[in-house]
Amino acid sequence: MGDDIFRVLSPTAILGYGFPEESFQKGIEKKPHLIAVDAGSTDPGPYYLGAGISFTSKAAVKRDLGLIVKAAVATSIPCIIGSAGGCGARPHVNWTEGIIREIASENGLSFRMAVIYADIAKTTVQKAVDQDRIDPLSPALPVTTHEIEKCVRIVAQMGAEPVSKALDMGCQIILCGRCYDPVPFAAPAIKMGFQPGLAYHMGKILECAAIAASPGSGRDCVMGTLFGNHFELEALNEKRRFTRVSTAAHTMYEKSDPYFLPGPGGTLDLSETTFAEIDGGRVRVSGSQFHPSDKYTVKLEGVKSVGFRTISICGIRDPVLIRCLGTVFDEIKTEIMSEYDCTGNILFHVYGKNGVMGTLEPEKDAVCHELGVVIEVVADAQEQADGLCARIRSMLLHHSYPGRISTAGNLALLYSPSDISCGEVFEFNIYHLMSVDDPVSEFPIEIREVTP
Amino acid sequence: MNEIPLTELASVIRSKNSGPFELTLDILFHREKEYTSIKETGFFTKELISRIYGIPADRIIKIIHFDPAWAVKITLMRPVASGAVGDSDVYGAQQHAPLLGLTIPLDKMTGGGDEGKEALS
Repeated sequence: MGDDIFRVLSPTAILGYGFPEESFQKGIEKKPHLIAVDAGSTDPGPYYLGAGISFTSKAAVKRDLGLIVKAAVATSIPCIIGSAGGCGARPHVNWTEGIIREIASENGLSFRMAVIYADIAKTTVQKAVDQDRIDPLSPALPVTTHEIEKCVRIVAQMGAEPVSKALDMGCQIILCGRCYDPVPFAAPAIKMGFQPGLAYHMGKILECAAIAASPGSGRDCVMGTLFGNHFELEALNEKRRFTRVSTAAHTMYEKSDPYFLPGPGGTLDLSETTFAEIDGGRVRVSGSQFHPSDKYTVKLEGVKSVGFRTISICGIRDPVLIRCLGTVFDEIKTEIMSEYDCTGNILFHVYGKNGVMGTLEPEKDAVCHELGVVIEVVADAQEQADGLCARIRSMLLHHSYPGRISTAGNLALLYSPSDISCGEVFEFNIYHLMSVDDPVSEFPIEIREVTP
Repeated sequence: MNEIPLTELASVIRSKNSGPFELTLDILFHREKEYTSIKETGFFTKELISRIYGIPADRIIKIIHFDPAWAVKITLMRPVASGAVGDSDVYGAQQHAPLLGLTIPLDKMTGGGDEGKEALS
C-alpha cells in the first residue's frame, strides 16, 4: 500500500441531483485521493433503459459535472463516474461523454479519459443460457430464448476490475457504463491493497452521499476515509453529521438482506460490522468483510417493449357514480371488447380507492367523497392506444348507470386535450446473474484524449 | 391500555424497491431496549405480514432483524414488477402504510407489562 489512508469525496447521491459549492470546496480542500459519483439506479423504472435516455436533465448533469471535472483536472485528482446517464447503456454513456466534452471545450481543459461500456449483446446472453451460466434473481423471471430476443437493451453491472484496468492506462477521468454502485468509490482503493470489504462498504454508503447523514439529503457532499482496518465518514456541511444510526440505517437501505450484499465477484458480509460515533460528527466503521465467490458473476438488466401508452386523467365527485364505479368500468370494458376493432390493455387507476397499493391494500372498501381516475391504455402502436383511450374516455363520460341524476357528464376532465400520448412502454424482462470467466472482457474500455 | 402503537416505538417506517422485483420494508426503532424485546419475542412473523398485506406467506422472502440499526427488514415479492403495466408505485416508496396501524401488546415486551410501560416514559 503506497499510502496509509485513502480519502474519497462523494459530491452527490445521483449525478444531476446537485450539491452546494461550499460543501464541495470544503471536500477539495481536504485533498481527496478520488472524486467519485454514482449516476445510476433502476428505481426510475424500465423506461429509461429502454428509451436510452437519462432520468436526470442535461442542464443539471452539466452543472454538477462542470464543478467536478474542473476541480479534478485542476488538482489532478482522479474522477470516476458510475452508471453514466442513469442506466449506463451506450446511449447514456455517449450522452454523458458529450456533456464532458462540452465542459472541456468551454473551459479549455485537456485530460485522458477512459470510457467503459457495459452493454451486453443478446447473443452473449443466449450463449450463457446455453452453457448454463445464467441464474434468475426473481422466481418470476425464467430466462428464455423468446424473452432474450424481445430485449431492446441489456447492460451488466461491472465490478472493480475494468475500472482498475482503466486506472492502469493512466486515465484521469473514468466514465463507466452500468456498474455495481460502490465500484467507482472502491475500485482504486482495492487496487492499492486496501481491504475490499471495507472499500465496498464505504462505497455502498458514499454512493448515496449525504442521504446516509443526519439530516439526510440527496444533494450534499460527504467524505469517506479508508484506513487499514476501518473507515470513517464525515459530512462536509456543518448542518449535517453522521450518526451510528444514520450510517447503519443507510447500510440496509434498498437491500433485501442487510448482512449479506452480493456483488460482482463476491459478497459483502456485514455480520461482524460495528459502527461507532467519534468526534466531529463522524462515524467509524469496522469489521466489514468481502468473500470472493467461486464463480465471478455480473448482474444483467434488460428490458423489452410492451407497446405504447395513452392516458386520460379525470375526477369523479358524484356519490351515485362513486358507489357503482366498479360495475361501470366492467360494463365499459365488456362493451368495448365487443364493438371496437382494436386490441389493447385497458386499466383504470382509481386514486382514493386502492390506487396506490392495489392488491396489497388492506382497506379495500374505504370510500372517498371524490376519486381521481387515470384511464390507461397500452396498445401495439401509439395511434391505436390514442384511439382506444379516446373511445373509453368518451364512453365513460356519457355512460348511464342505475340512479343517475347527473346526465350531463360523468367526469371532471383535468385537461384539454384530455388524452396524453406517453410513448413506448418497457418492462424489465432480464434481471439475472451471469457468470463470466473474465471480469474485464465484457466491458470494453476506450481511451479518449480530450482537448478543448 | 395494554397495546403500544408501533408508530410510538419506531423512528422510521418505510418501503422501497430492492431491485425491480422486490419490495423491502424497514422499521427502525428509537431505543435498543424495545427493539431487542420485539426481536426476542418474535413479533414480526410471516403470518403477521401475510395478514396485513393480504398476501400468501410464500410471497414474503425474508424477515431480518438488523442489530446495528435497531431495525427490522421485511422483503416481499412485488405483485407487479416496477414500472410494468399495472404497477402503481414505480419506486415502491408508498407501500408501508399497513405497518402504521400495528400495535404491540405490552406482554410482548421482555420482562412483562410494567417494564414495557416504563420504556415508553
